[in-house]
Amino acid sequence: MPPRASKRKATASHNSSSVTSADDSPTGTITGLDNVILIAPSDKNKTKKTDRLDTLFDSYANCSSGIIDPEGIEALCSDINVEHTDVRILMFAWKLKAQRQGYFTRDEWRSGMKALKVDSLSKLKKGLPELEKEVNTPGNFQDFYSYAFRYCLTEEKQKTVDIESVCELLNLVLGSQFQSKVDLLIEYLKIQSDYKAINLDQWMGFLRFCKEISFPDLENYDADLAWPLILDNFVDWMKEKRS
Amino acid sequence: MGERKTFELEQGWEYMQKGITKLKGILDGSLEQFNSEEYMMLYTTIYNMCTQKPPNDYSQQLYDKYREAFQVLPSIREKHNEFMLRELVKRWANHKIMVRWLSRFFHYLDRYFIARRSLPPLNEVGLTCFRDLVYQKVNSKAKDAVLDVIGKERDGEQIDRALLKNVLDIFVEIGMSQMDLYEDDFEAHMLQGTGAYYSAEECLKRERERVSHYLHSSSETKLVEKVQHELLVVHVNQLLEKEHSGVHSLLRDDKLDDLSRMFRLYHKVTRGLEPVSNVFKQHITAEGTALVQQAEDAASSQAANGGVQEQVLIRKIIELHDKYMTYVTDCFQNHTLFHKAMKEAFEIFCNKTVAGSSSAEQLATFCDTILRKGGSDKLNDEAIEETLEKVVKLLAYISDKDLFAEFYRKKLARRLLFDRSANDEHERSILSKLKQQCGGQFTSKMEGMVTDLQLAKEYQSSFDEYLGNNPSTRPGIDLQVSVLTTGYWPSYKSSDINLPAEMARGVEVFKEFYDNKNKHRKLTWIYSLGSCHINAKFDQKPIELIVTTYQACLLMLFNTSDKLSYPEIMTQSNLSNDDLPRLLHSLSCGKYKILSKEPNTKTVTQNDSFEFNHKFNDRMRRIKVPLPLVDERKKVVEDVYKDRRYAIDAAIVRIMKSRKVLGYQQLVMECVEQLSRMFKPDIKAIKKRIEDLISQEYLEREKENPNMFRYLA
Repeated sequence: MPPRASKRKATASHNSSSVTSADDSPTGTITGLDNVILIAPSDKNKTKKTDRLDTLFDSYANCSSGIIDPEGIEALCSDINVEHTDVRILMFAWKLKAQRQGYFTRDEWRSGMKALKVDSLSKLKKGLPELEKEVNTPGNFQDFYSYAFRYCLTEEKQKTVDIESVCELLNLVLGSQFQSKVDLLIEYLKIQSDYKAINLDQWMGFLRFCKEISFPDLENYDADLAWPLILDNFVDWMKEKRS
Repeated sequence: MGERKTFELEQGWEYMQKGITKLKGILDGSLEQFNSEEYMMLYTTIYNMCTQKPPNDYSQQLYDKYREAFQVLPSIREKHNEFMLRELVKRWANHKIMVRWLSRFFHYLDRYFIARRSLPPLNEVGLTCFRDLVYQKVNSKAKDAVLDVIGKERDGEQIDRALLKNVLDIFVEIGMSQMDLYEDDFEAHMLQGTGAYYSAEECLKRERERVSHYLHSSSETKLVEKVQHELLVVHVNQLLEKEHSGVHSLLRDDKLDDLSRMFRLYHKVTRGLEPVSNVFKQHITAEGTALVQQAEDAASSQAANGGVQEQVLIRKIIELHDKYMTYVTDCFQNHTLFHKAMKEAFEIFCNKTVAGSSSAEQLATFCDTILRKGGSDKLNDEAIEETLEKVVKLLAYISDKDLFAEFYRKKLARRLLFDRSANDEHERSILSKLKQQCGGQFTSKMEGMVTDLQLAKEYQSSFDEYLGNNPSTRPGIDLQVSVLTTGYWPSYKSSDINLPAEMARGVEVFKEFYDNKNKHRKLTWIYSLGSCHINAKFDQKPIELIVTTYQACLLMLFNTSDKLSYPEIMTQSNLSNDDLPRLLHSLSCGKYKILSKEPNTKTVTQNDSFEFNHKFNDRMRRIKVPLPLVDERKKVVEDVYKDRRYAIDAAIVRIMKSRKVLGYQQLVMECVEQLSRMFKPDIKAIKKRIEDLISQEYLEREKENPNMFRYLA
């Protein structure tokens, strides 16, 4: 059986050159527009890797848009057996520096996966605990925490996130570290009516609050300092609750 | 003259002794008396015994016997305190009587024997006897008893001042017109005792009184000095705060002289004035707060009785201010501490709300009353000016000055538009006073309003001229239009009422006229502020009704229909449920029933229908049908709070722009200071504005220090 001319998808890669060459099939037909990537032997592994990454990317990406969309992410999640609402997916997005919630571009995918030093699903799955540890280092956590909020700003010029989502996000991101504090904070956020949405400054305030203020006495809280007003109100509410 | 018997000493003395015994008996209460015969005999006996030839000249012996005659019972020594004093006084009194009588009996001795021998006279002898026999022994006890009694009086007990006086007289008299005994034995101890007992200004007076009542006058100066020393140096605070004395009572009883004196005293002591000024401040605060409470009580009882709240409080506060300012200038010599105390006191109670109305609103209403026609008929121009001055001074103590400005502006608008202002000069005068106190920005809009109205008058004249020159344009009604500059005046709601044809025509004509003159300006018609004179032909006689434009529009509907239902009226007039009930009520359920309502209930509902009331009549030919005002308070407060948000924003941005980086607390402090001229910003409000500005990316929080902010250009 004559070997079939293998179709290769066109890729644009900045460190490759493309040369048109004849297919070495015995029938000897030149199938014109096929591009073959000719790379020097030393970059062979790299090519392979990028190749693999691309393949992986392609398997989840939307054909028409060329990026992984929410459906694709869900598929990816089920493949690695992690809930798509799991915080580790968020961490993954952070590692990818994904700009848009629910979407991964090829560049993001490539640089992120490379940074994780993984190129397959199984490796990705195995690398998750490592990722978690990395995120939880003091240096990174603040950045991750801030990222988590900004990730939710899906609309153009959106500056705030609604209370419901904020509560979920708080739980997701801070729940493991500061469960009891987060529970109380969420309780308050749900019943208060001063704010219908939270901005980044307030969001960052929550983290600072959980880190610095002693619970449940709140002794070292000083309302004369520049804490966001919503936290002043939270503290008042806590004190009232206690008495 | 018969031959004189020669009296032997014993004989004669025996006779004398009887007399003396009788005398003592009398002193002890017996009812016997000496008659002149007995007296003569006693006297003659002595005389004889002294004029007998030696060796029967018994002068010396008699002198000695005289002395012996004074035996004072020792019972005094056994008694104590007041009882002792009484006994002492009694004995002394008795003694004096005895001395007097015996001296009379023995008078002859006084005449010759004593002089010849340079001996102390009988009187003196008598007193000396008392002194030696009694006084020396009991004076210290007496002194203690007296001081004790004085102490009781200082503590507020009633004492027998007469008794004390008598006792002290003893001290004086025994000294025999030399004050030594009094001074040494009594006064010195008393002064010491006074020092130990601290006293206040009130007590100072009492001590003075005491002096006049029973102490010897020479004690006064020394006493006062001693007390003052205690006042000044030792017990300042206790003095001032003592319940029934001290600064507080002086203030309460309006004792200006005493206050002046107190000021002078304490002025010499370092920081001595501080406690005094504190009491001053507390006192004023208490009085002011009481006034506020009174007003609150009066308002709630009036409300219960359906009365209208009167403007008494402001007047009373002004009076209070005048009163205590006098104190500061007269008693306290204009000292800064007292100015400050007064200011702080007024700031405390001048910012309280009474019956839902803030002090800012009250003050504005007060001004309105004065400036309105008929508001201050009883006062002449000068008095009005004075009152306006005082009002402006009071404004300095009110923290919500912007609220005052807004209420004032709203009421000014009504005065100007409805031609209710009494006197243009006064209007301008108070504005210039406000400008001086609060700055140009405060009054710029109001000044604009006053000017607008003058311009409006000019416009009106040229409009009239225009109509005169163009008869075809005449709308058939007299029309007066006031053109107002939007920025200066409060914002008014303008609804789209359907004007009756005549009015609509008038509006058109004016619009044409105005557009010709001002091509680039747009007119927005506010019919809600207009008023109208409308002739109503009732059965009995025609009456001119003065109503608002809206009321007039509704009435005109009845030119074409006899009876209209509420919904019909609503459609035809194009007014909403917000305005219509109120308007119809004023025409059908108020004092003057121009329209009859069916059913004839007291409130207007959507099921009612209305008819023109032909039968209406009034003795006057022209009546004003009032339309009750909508309570603007809520809106004013809302508007002011909104403006405050902008003001706070502007202040924050201004500060951050110049400082670039600033700590939170510093920022808040500077903000409050900048805004304090107009209002006292709420710290939470400032915090919220900062957060909003962060959201809008005017500011950001410093990464390293979350309490620090940076200006983002």
